[in-house]
Amino acid sequence: MPDHEPVLLRRVGKPGSQAIDGYLADGGYQALHKAVTTMTPEQVIDVVKTAGLRGRGGAGFPAGVKWGFLPKNHPGPIYLCVNGDESEPCTFNNRVLMEEDPHQFLEGVILTAYAVRAWVAYIYLRYEYGRSFRVLQRAIDEAYAKGYLGYDILGKGFNLQVYLHRGAGAYICGEETGLIESLEGKRAWPRIKPPFPAVEGAFRKPTIVNNIETLACVTHIVQRGADWFKSMGVPPDPKNPRDAGSYGPKLYNISGHVNKPGTIEAPLGITVRELVEKHGGGVWKGRKAKGAIPGGISMGIITEKEFDMPLDFNGPGKCACLGLGTGAVTVFDEETSIVDVLYNITRFFAHESCGQCTPCREGTGWMFKMMDRIRRGQGRKEDLAILDEVAKSIGIMPGTTICGLADGAGWPVKNAVEKFREELEGYIKQGKKTTPLTLVGAH
Amino acid sequence: MATVIVNDKPVEIGADKINLVQAAERAGVLIPHYCWHPSLSVVASCRMCLVEVGEKKPDGSVAMQPRVVPACQTPAKDGTIVVTNSPKAKAAQAQTLEGLLLNHPLDCPVCDKAGECTLQDFSWKFGHAESRMIDDKFAPPNKDHIGEHITLFTDRCIKCSRCVRFTREISGTAELEFVHRGEHEEIDIFPGHPCNNKLAGNVVDLCPVGALGNKDFLYKQRVWYLKSHDSVCPDCSTGCSIHVDANKNIVYRLRPRENPQAQGWYMCDDGRFGFHYINSEHRFLRPFRRDKPGGSPQPAPWEAVLPELRQKLKDAVKQDGSSVVGVLSPFLTCEEAYLLAKYFKGLSGEVRLALGPVPVVGEDDVYPKDRKGKAVPLPEAKFVIHAEKCPNRKGVEEVLRHFQGEAVAFDEVLRWVDAGRVKALYLSGGYPPRPNGWIGDDAAKSLEKVPLLVVHDLLASPASERAHYVIPAASFAEKDGVFVNQAQLAQEIQRAIRPPGEVRTDGQVFLDLMERRGLVHAPTIRKELAKEVPYFASLAGEPGEHGLKLNGAAGK
Ligand SMILES: Cc1cc2nc3c(=O)[nH]c(=O)nc-3n(C[C@H](O)[C@H](O)[C@H](O)COP(=O)(O)O)c2cc1C
Ligand code: SF4
Ligand code: SF4
Ligand code: SF4
Ligand code: FES
Repeated sequence: MPDHEPVLLRRVGKPGSQAIDGYLADGGYQALHKAVTTMTPEQVIDVVKTAGLRGRGGAGFPAGVKWGFLPKNHPGPIYLCVNGDESEPCTFNNRVLMEEDPHQFLEGVILTAYAVRAWVAYIYLRYEYGRSFRVLQRAIDEAYAKGYLGYDILGKGFNLQVYLHRGAGAYICGEETGLIESLEGKRAWPRIKPPFPAVEGAFRKPTIVNNIETLACVTHIVQRGADWFKSMGVPPDPKNPRDAGSYGPKLYNISGHVNKPGTIEAPLGITVRELVEKHGGGVWKGRKAKGAIPGGISMGIITEKEFDMPLDFNGPGKCACLGLGTGAVTVFDEETSIVDVLYNITRFFAHESCGQCTPCREGTGWMFKMMDRIRRGQGRKEDLAILDEVAKSIGIMPGTTICGLADGAGWPVKNAVEKFREELEGYIKQGKKTTPLTLVGAH
Repeated sequence: MATVIVNDKPVEIGADKINLVQAAERAGVLIPHYCWHPSLSVVASCRMCLVEVGEKKPDGSVAMQPRVVPACQTPAKDGTIVVTNSPKAKAAQAQTLEGLLLNHPLDCPVCDKAGECTLQDFSWKFGHAESRMIDDKFAPPNKDHIGEHITLFTDRCIKCSRCVRFTREISGTAELEFVHRGEHEEIDIFPGHPCNNKLAGNVVDLCPVGALGNKDFLYKQRVWYLKSHDSVCPDCSTGCSIHVDANKNIVYRLRPRENPQAQGWYMCDDGRFGFHYINSEHRFLRPFRRDKPGGSPQPAPWEAVLPELRQKLKDAVKQDGSSVVGVLSPFLTCEEAYLLAKYFKGLSGEVRLALGPVPVVGEDDVYPKDRKGKAVPLPEAKFVIHAEKCPNRKGVEEVLRHFQGEAVAFDEVLRWVDAGRVKALYLSGGYPPRPNGWIGDDAAKSLEKVPLLVVHDLLASPASERAHYVIPAASFAEKDGVFVNQAQLAQEIQRAIRPPGEVRTDGQVFLDLMERRGLVHAPTIRKELAKEVPYFASLAGEPGEHGLKLNGAAGK
């Protein structure tokens, strides 16, 4: 595959990449000019639909299709909520976009608001992202000053107010209806659906929720067209009529036990192995990899043998993972105990379950307690069966919870019980005690 | 007609907008549920009500959904198929219960809810017998400070959020809230803002487990010793349907009884906690006679008092019928009011009847309120505590209108007294002890002018202190009859306990005065009343558990 010429990251690292002048000098806000002067909102939706842009926030839902769910001829207000909560462990691609090239994605926000006829856009930003907050706020102020935001944008009678909202410091604030509740000033308890946000969202008005990277892609689709977008990535599987394909560029994070952690851009479909070997500089300390988390810990766990899995919207499913997720790969080396991996993962979900649904609240807590006990050397053989049972029975997929956090909590556990059963059983049998891990960033 | 199929059994639901829990109930199938309550918003979070759902297409084919779904969140439609007892549905229900019990202390032996706890009931019916968790349970501390009348056993909470939604949606005062996340989630209040709204006690009934406790009732009785009697709260003209829970002639607790025609699901704390006067040691337990003014009252047997009274009233009527006044308290049942009116009018058509003092406190108290205390407009009200603090003004007034032509107010009686026109005054009562009482000192003092003053009440008052005869009254929990609330709904109260001491029910006293033989039997008297007073005509039959609306021809 020829080397990919970065699109989303093309300006990263340039001096002054955050300032509007630099962005304009690099051809910024041309897409917005193009849209408001030559395209109707419906045409913008159409081109995004044709491009096959799928959400980058985790679920991979086609953006144009989602926009089409809005009620027709709604008197307004319609809201756009930009999901910048980015709390999936190991994930930091939104952060790069916000901190290094905020106008690129802000232009996507304005374009999307134009397309869906939103008057107000809220950018819900992960609280811990202080630098993103400052950079973004400056970018928004600049855009207002230059007339790309506010009233009568570019003299076309189109108005948009953008508010930057700092999040409430919980993972669940990233779930779209949790985000909406939190935005409304409430506890981020995901709502039951239906109604979906497109029908009844923020402040009970029709609302579109999209991820930052999704919106950054919109800028380029409007600028360069659907065909350009579809020239990258993986076309739909002809054998699967429901596959919408995996088109376009994608940011991939690589972290964990590699020599060169970071964020890279590649067309959808790069394999884990290529990511690790070529971009991540290989596994650190000359060791081999034991496995990896393919797209944020919610997506499950793969073994080293599965590293040839393509990271598109279909690939992870073929290795019994939940999906592409955020495209954030975390490698753990051969010396890492799978028990420690699971301990850390279950602890995260037990801590982040919002507590609403019984199966998730109690299931995540129980899985963590079991992992904690196993790790202390007091595991029982039946614990693995219980872990597997709990992991498989919590989530929207089995129908027992309101949101997908529970699916994500179960997935790595059930993957590990299946794929690393031998190691887990061995550990339990030995009754081995590990030295307590120092865990970074957990509280 | 829409038909839902519950466990292979078709059930008609008509055009009703109901969920699958309700549809199943109509088919006689219990879908266990915790978070769902008909008066609260649907959150579908406890996941107790998981069932399998499908659809029967018009062509007869059946399509089942691949995953279990919460019945409370799923609307019942024509052709909906509900399966509550398949292995998959049962596994999901058992799994939820297993989850709920993981961190639950299971301290049933010392838990007030035991015996009426749905966690016990559903675990027994739908759950596992043993826990598979061997790890420590999360045990947050109890929170006695959560409210004046309510306490929280934090670790028993199953996080159904009913109490939280109640304070947000019904009282509107929003004192209760969850803090923390995941299995460490706890119910709490905002510091310094306890849950003391006038409807707060309802959260205890809503709580499916023993997490929220009623401080007034806590540890007084095991609930299986209590016998529950359908009744009506006498504390205001809302006339909430209630259960009176009693054991061995002591009332331990009042609880609201669901009645869509009356108040809905709830009751206020004034009514809920205001009943202890029933068991008060200060009650009149026998008749008293005061021989000389200012003298101390002497107990007297019924056998002596009744003939004396009868004679003295007869004599007074003989002198001047219009100088005899019978006052009908708004705490009397309709049957009692009827008997008393009938007694006096039987002595002479000239005897004057009037309505007893109607206690009014403040203004109608409307819910939900916002955090600042501002209530919603009345048509959106979910609960109203009425300012009129008696249960049966309307019913007694209608009796008066029939026998007297009008319902003369008590102030008018006081004017007659001042003018020296009253020679004998019979004051019926049944007033509970409330701040300021039912009669002021000045008014009572003026009654000293009356040569024959009879006070028939529960407790001492400025009036009883001046009475020549004090007749003990029975409380609402000790008698049968009908109250008519502010919306003209006639509802039955039922005797839950025996009157204390030598107390006879008011109706019995009136019968005795009339020299009608036998024991008072409210339904018989009610039939008479229905026959004689057109306003009450529809009460000839049974009022039923939800009561009967009486906005018939006669009354307004
Ligand atoms: C527990 C949970 C956490 C989530 N966190 C995020 C997040 O941090 N950022 C995000 O964009 N989407 C997150 N999502 C996905 C959102 O619910 C939603 O699908 C997404 O924002 C839609 O945007 P997209 O269609 O552009 O991907 C999360 C979902 C779940 C279930
Ligand atoms: S699945 Fe978990 S995180 Fe999601 S709403 Fe339910 S309890 Fe909250
Ligand atoms: S809440 Fe129910 S199950 Fe829990 S201790 Fe009380 S009675 Fe037992
Ligand atoms: S205290 Fe009771 S009503 Fe409130 S959430 Fe807990 S279990 Fe539900
Ligand atoms: S009763 Fe249906 S989910 Fe709680």
